[in-house]
Amino acid sequence: MTWETVIGLEVHVQLKTRSKMFCGCATTFGDPPNTNVCPVCLALPGALPTPNAEAIRLATLGAFALGCTVHGTSVFARKHYFYPDLPKGYQISQYDRPLATGGAIEIESAERGQVRIGVTRLHVEEDSGKSVHDRVPRKTAVDLNRAGVPLAEIVSEPDLRSPAEARAYLTAIKQILIAAGVSDCSMEEGSLRVDGNISVRRPGAPLGTKTEVKNVNSFSYIERALEIEQARQIAVLEGGGRVEQVTHLYDSSSGTLRTMRSKEDSKDYRYFPDPDLPPLVLDALWLAARREELPELPAEQRRRLMTRYGIPAYDAGVLVGVPALADHFEAVVAAGADAKSAANWVMTEAMAVWNESGRLEVSAPRLAALIVLVQGGTVSRQSGRKVYALLRSDPADPMALAERLGVVQVGDGDQIGKWVDEVLAAFPAEVVRYRGGEQKLIGFFTGQVMKRSGGKADPKAVGGMLQDRLK
Amino acid sequence: MSAVKNISEAVRSGRTTALRATERTADLLRRSDATGLNAALDWSPEYLSREAGRITQSAVRSPQSALLGVPVAVKDNIATLDLPTTCASRILDGYISPFEATAVRRLRDAGAFVACKANMDEFAMGSSTEWSAFGRVQHPEFPDRVPGGSSGGSAALVAAGVTPVALGSETGGSVRQPASFCGVVGVKPTYGRVSRYGLVAFGSSLDCISVFGEKVDDASRLLAVISGHDPLDATSADLPPLALLAPRKTLQGLTFGLPDEYFPADLHPGVQAALDHAITQARALGATIKRVSLPHARYSVPTYYIVNPAEAAANLARFDGVRYGKRDGGSQADLRGLYRATRGTGFGPEVRRRILIGTYVLSAGYAEQYYHQAMKMRTLITRDFTDAFAGVDLLLTPTTPTPAFKAGEKTDDPVAMYLADIFVAGASLAGLPALSLPVGRSAGLPVGMQLIAPAFAEAQMLAAAAAFEAAIDGRREVR
Repeated sequence: MTWETVIGLEVHVQLKTRSKMFCGCATTFGDPPNTNVCPVCLALPGALPTPNAEAIRLATLGAFALGCTVHGTSVFARKHYFYPDLPKGYQISQYDRPLATGGAIEIESAERGQVRIGVTRLHVEEDSGKSVHDRVPRKTAVDLNRAGVPLAEIVSEPDLRSPAEARAYLTAIKQILIAAGVSDCSMEEGSLRVDGNISVRRPGAPLGTKTEVKNVNSFSYIERALEIEQARQIAVLEGGGRVEQVTHLYDSSSGTLRTMRSKEDSKDYRYFPDPDLPPLVLDALWLAARREELPELPAEQRRRLMTRYGIPAYDAGVLVGVPALADHFEAVVAAGADAKSAANWVMTEAMAVWNESGRLEVSAPRLAALIVLVQGGTVSRQSGRKVYALLRSDPADPMALAERLGVVQVGDGDQIGKWVDEVLAAFPAEVVRYRGGEQKLIGFFTGQVMKRSGGKADPKAVGGMLQDRLK
Repeated sequence: MSAVKNISEAVRSGRTTALRATERTADLLRRSDATGLNAALDWSPEYLSREAGRITQSAVRSPQSALLGVPVAVKDNIATLDLPTTCASRILDGYISPFEATAVRRLRDAGAFVACKANMDEFAMGSSTEWSAFGRVQHPEFPDRVPGGSSGGSAALVAAGVTPVALGSETGGSVRQPASFCGVVGVKPTYGRVSRYGLVAFGSSLDCISVFGEKVDDASRLLAVISGHDPLDATSADLPPLALLAPRKTLQGLTFGLPDEYFPADLHPGVQAALDHAITQARALGATIKRVSLPHARYSVPTYYIVNPAEAAANLARFDGVRYGKRDGGSQADLRGLYRATRGTGFGPEVRRRILIGTYVLSAGYAEQYYHQAMKMRTLITRDFTDAFAGVDLLLTPTTPTPAFKAGEKTDDPVAMYLADIFVAGASLAGLPALSLPVGRSAGLPVGMQLIAPAFAEAQMLAAAAAFEAAIDGRREVR
């Protein structure tokens, strides 16, 4: 009998604001410790929070992008715990009346195909500071630059059925929030953080006891951590044991889970509405305007690329994964390139450059011109890559660069005929074998002609002429 | 007649100078310190002379400078630059705020100066100013009695004539009750009328910076200056500063409601007599008097003592010894030890009691029975007032059930101490403006009358109070 895995994820994303959630301090990443602080985020006596309108706008866009209902009234609440990097002794969050509830997104599952994953809620809160344990010997240092940075917490329904689905969900969330301009979703800079809840059960049985996996800093690590925990729970249950409610930290250096705390001493956060902040009231007109403001989202964009340009689902998915590349693709087509070729070039050459430098470097019209040269047989696909490499730094047009590289193909019949004749004369034995039925030798002859031409011959023309002469 | 008006006009016209005003204040503070009043915490002659220089240089002689040269005592839970802001607590001993409260900035911009920081019950938790970590404040006329609290230092300084006006803070009557005990005017504005920015939070949904004055006019002028919207306080009402009305000469056309629940049979006879006299005067001035009922009034103290500790426990969590203030104990490995030692010795007994109560009433399994029930009751108490104001303009009640009690009388009985707030807690829970006005003496002890008004009706309330003030000699013994 098999086991079914049930996973729900809590994702924290940093909202892309210039200033903090409840004060005017900068949210810049990587500044010297305790430089972006003020009476409010240091929790000095007498300081009061005032909500950041831009953070509310971004959270609202994020909620709409995830298909949530955004509530006209939501309430900030205090969540209490003592820790040195939590200046007020409570975090301002939202509890029983969150900003948004009831969303869903679609992901592609290897086992189940297209599935809908419910988004239980999205709420707004402030980040804590950072405790640094390795800077000062035997002491803990506290950096409060991050304290008060605006976050949206996105809680999924327990709708995920495998660690791979969890990863697909995270990828989708990230793509959606980047496209909506809500967050950078950079795990390296801590602007996206994930906690996973996982349990296993026999199909159809009630939910098993869940455990939590925290402190995972890449999508592949969360998949790995969930796989480890899934295997551990199954082993425990098959061995007749019981799963305890615990929290695990993932150690990426050893690839293992470490148990942090059992739920026995789980905290009572004593939530109550924050009396410093009136309920957050968003009127219907404002909400409607935010919905209007929402840009095209990945799922729509993928569908549109497929129907409008006739490119395969796979290509559309890859392009939509990097919004700049999807835009680039459309610009290349608009500049005159064939859609399928444009998709291929953007997914390979342009993607490589983007991954390397974070920029496109080669403009859409120049790439389109190069694609036209390749399509027309003026330059081979192979040589085209070399031209593309030059286009990154050389302002000359693709044709000029192809000429400079000496890779303009020869389509002229006389010249190709001369090379073909030379090759057939040089390999009489092979000609006999070909005529005797060894058709696959056509590749050998083509290669020899291409070699003789220094790569300039148009392979299609060569193929045609060889077939002719060998009849 | 009005001290604030006299001083500001004298400075503006050049009959006196800001320097002379600060020197006189230093002199009065020196003398009051010598009596053992213990109402002023921090002040310094150097600071006062710097302030005199600032006022003179800025030459704030415009009509906007409503408080030119006026000394203001400021309760020690309101942030000031230069002088410490300790909330009369060991945990903030010597703490100097890098910013000043909006109310303080506004009064200094209007030409006033901070005379001193005023003693108080630690973190404003108390009704007698006996819970200060820096010693109790004496009643200015009866040293063995309390001045009321928690703003007892501010009340005593005004009653003793050291400053004509003072800032206090109210969470549940902490200005009206000491005003009543000391025989001065105390005014609590509508919640949100005055910015809380810079007021060290105690019960955030209740806290109001409030004012004391020798006369209604003094208190009104101070309140007008500090009121008005402040973008730094999200709960501040989006309204312009309070526009005062001319003092009323009669009470013609006004209806006063006397809530049955505020005149119990066992009300102190001296308080009853003073109120009877005030009601007679009101009728004589043309007022209509009606009996009304606030049926949930008896729940106001229990409700208050759940909501207030719950918010206080959260608000005081920031005093952990990590970033500022006192730090005790706690080896590096022992974070809990640091908290325990810092908070255990930094806070006094009443503060620790409220934190424990507040933590309890919000705990899982108890929040539903206590905190959430109290919030529902708060709604009913507020509705009582709304219903009452459908038929009357103002409510008229005693401020306190008794005149000033003796020091030490209630410190061992927290509930008895809490019940000193029985007539003042309701308006705080409902966020309504209210004031206490001296209306007579009983065996020499001042008795205060309370007026409660609908939200944001401060101007009407103050104008009516002026008519009472003119008609009643608040220093006269009643029988």
